[in-house]
Amino acid sequence: MLKIENLHVRVAGKDILKGLSLSVGAGEVHAIMGPNGAGKSTLGNVLAGRDGYEVVDGSVTYDGIDLLALEPEQRAAAGVFLAFQYPVEIPGVNNTYFLRAALNAQRKARGEIELDSIQFLRKVREKLAVLHLKDELLHRAVNEGFSGGEKKRNEIFQMALLEPRLAILDETDSGLDIDALKMVADGVNAMRDPTRAFVVITHYQRLLDYIVPDFVHVLADGRIVQSGDKSLALKLEEEGYAWVAERRVAGAA
Amino acid sequence: MADPLLDSLLAPGPAPTRAAPAWLDAARRQAREALVREGLPGARNEAWKYTSLRALAQRRYMPGDAQAATRNLERGLADLPGLGDARLVFANGVFRADLSRLPEAAGLVVEPLADALADADGLARASFERRFDDPAQVFARLNTALADDGFVLRVAPGARVAEPVHVVVLGAGAQALAWNLRLVVELGAGSALTLVEHHAGEADDAQLGNVVAEFALGAGARLDLLQLQVAAESATRIRRSAFTLAADAVLNLRTLELGGALARHDLVVGLDGDRARLTSRGVFVVRARQHSDTRLDVRHRARDTACDLVWRGVASGRARGVLHGAITVDPGADGTDASLDTKNLLLSAQAEIDVQPVLEIHADEVKAAHGATVGQLDERALFYLRTRGLPEAEARALLTLAFCRVAVDTLENVALREHVDALLLERLPVHGEPA
Repeated sequence: MLKIENLHVRVAGKDILKGLSLSVGAGEVHAIMGPNGAGKSTLGNVLAGRDGYEVVDGSVTYDGIDLLALEPEQRAAAGVFLAFQYPVEIPGVNNTYFLRAALNAQRKARGEIELDSIQFLRKVREKLAVLHLKDELLHRAVNEGFSGGEKKRNEIFQMALLEPRLAILDETDSGLDIDALKMVADGVNAMRDPTRAFVVITHYQRLLDYIVPDFVHVLADGRIVQSGDKSLALKLEEEGYAWVAERRVAGAA
Repeated sequence: MADPLLDSLLAPGPAPTRAAPAWLDAARRQAREALVREGLPGARNEAWKYTSLRALAQRRYMPGDAQAATRNLERGLADLPGLGDARLVFANGVFRADLSRLPEAAGLVVEPLADALADADGLARASFERRFDDPAQVFARLNTALADDGFVLRVAPGARVAEPVHVVVLGAGAQALAWNLRLVVELGAGSALTLVEHHAGEADDAQLGNVVAEFALGAGARLDLLQLQVAAESATRIRRSAFTLAADAVLNLRTLELGGALARHDLVVGLDGDRARLTSRGVFVVRARQHSDTRLDVRHRARDTACDLVWRGVASGRARGVLHGAITVDPGADGTDASLDTKNLLLSAQAEIDVQPVLEIHADEVKAAHGATVGQLDERALFYLRTRGLPEAEARALLTLAFCRVAVDTLENVALREHVDALLLERLPVHGEPA
């Protein structure tokens, strides 16, 4: 489904990703772990199409098409979703209005029929229940005045509503207490499906107790230095990232 | 020194229908003499620093409109959804009884200005005898010298008028006419009124409309005023809205400056009585070559008075928007709570926005805050919306509308609020206007 090959990305004149390769198949959950500054968030942003991320070399194909050639909204319509590490507050834009506009814009781009407000609200109620989000949040402006946990749950709620085929979760676990973490994990697990893939970017192993990955990759200094199954996450938890630095030196030699 | 523009503005218009009382002649003469003596303000006048009258100087205006009372007007100009059909319509400065229906409510009295001027000790006299000593108040002087139509609207003490009163000020015709209008409103103690002041016009409106509106709020009175200025983009509108608030009076003001080639609006509020309170929500949206200059002048003259001013501005094309926000706290106005928050969006490289917050405090125990920013749309928010599937143009429109909605999002009249939203949206340059 997603194939990243030898990706080199520069941000503000600085090389951040330095030859990252990753292949994600439908139905798989991949965890990307790594120390701060390894390039984890850059990966999420570049996949979603943020400005200012210069792809110097390499390629990203999604379902056989060149993902990097698409505008962010075209990627969304194609089924790519990024759950933000820092969801943006947008005063004056009503949450419900925004979600319906987004969903219908995607449907329109895919040639599907747009949902009327009754169909839309039915779908919303269904998804809200899973994430234990209060109705009241829907009537507020997007993320405005939400607590940290509410913002992250709102990201997962949006994901549930938009039903992407490839979801990238950028440190969705950071700043969450254990209850919120479980709700987020429940939201993700409810969506696991043979046609859908997840890339879960995290600093800590904790989230992976609840979202059990099929593959774990260690990202360090702009490339993946080791891949394995979920036991790799446990090893990282026990040994920290110090050994990664050693590996990097060894790799460079 | 003769000023051809001023001469054309001061030329005698269509003959008034009845002789003016001596006091009025004297007031008009005094205003005219001050104008002739001091002339039009130049760029060195601080209050006209950003709005040059030079653009107007090439023009010669015909005084008044002899056809104003009978002129055929485009249909629907005065319509606003969510309001009843009671309305007071003025076209080129002249009352149009044929297009108006006087509002009927207990305690509400509307009197034509001409009748009110015959009253030797009424509100109209006080209004016309008010001196405008500052040479910057050139158009208020002009209005005193020439305005012979308008109304005096009174709400009796204790009367609460439920139905909104819709006042429509229209400009019509491509011929350059200058006209003046004077509106005087008095709310008795403990009364309440909702007023919609609606400035519009035909698409080719080339008029210079000069409107002075004065509002006196008695003790404990409440005025909810929506000022919606959507004049044609060829029109010139110069307005002065002046308010005085007695003790415990509440003024809830919403102002939208969306139209006009040149729109100048002086909003002058005197918080004269203890605990008088002003809430002002405003927005200007200018595009192409529009020029909009709004000056807020709020004076705290009594104890525990409050003002809360939130303004937004958006400029695109080669337009220019100006917001001057002055708050003065007089000696003795202790316990004042004042805040001004203005944020502005520049949507093109050639557009310009000038913001001047001015706080002057001469009292103790005052809480005062102001913030002013000029910037572009938040790129992070734009990206966020796009990652959820909204096309860029739609995302920009949504963010820009959200930015200006501060002036309308608390309007309780849903039909009116949606109409104003639509007016805002159609003025936002999101569908391919060259940057």
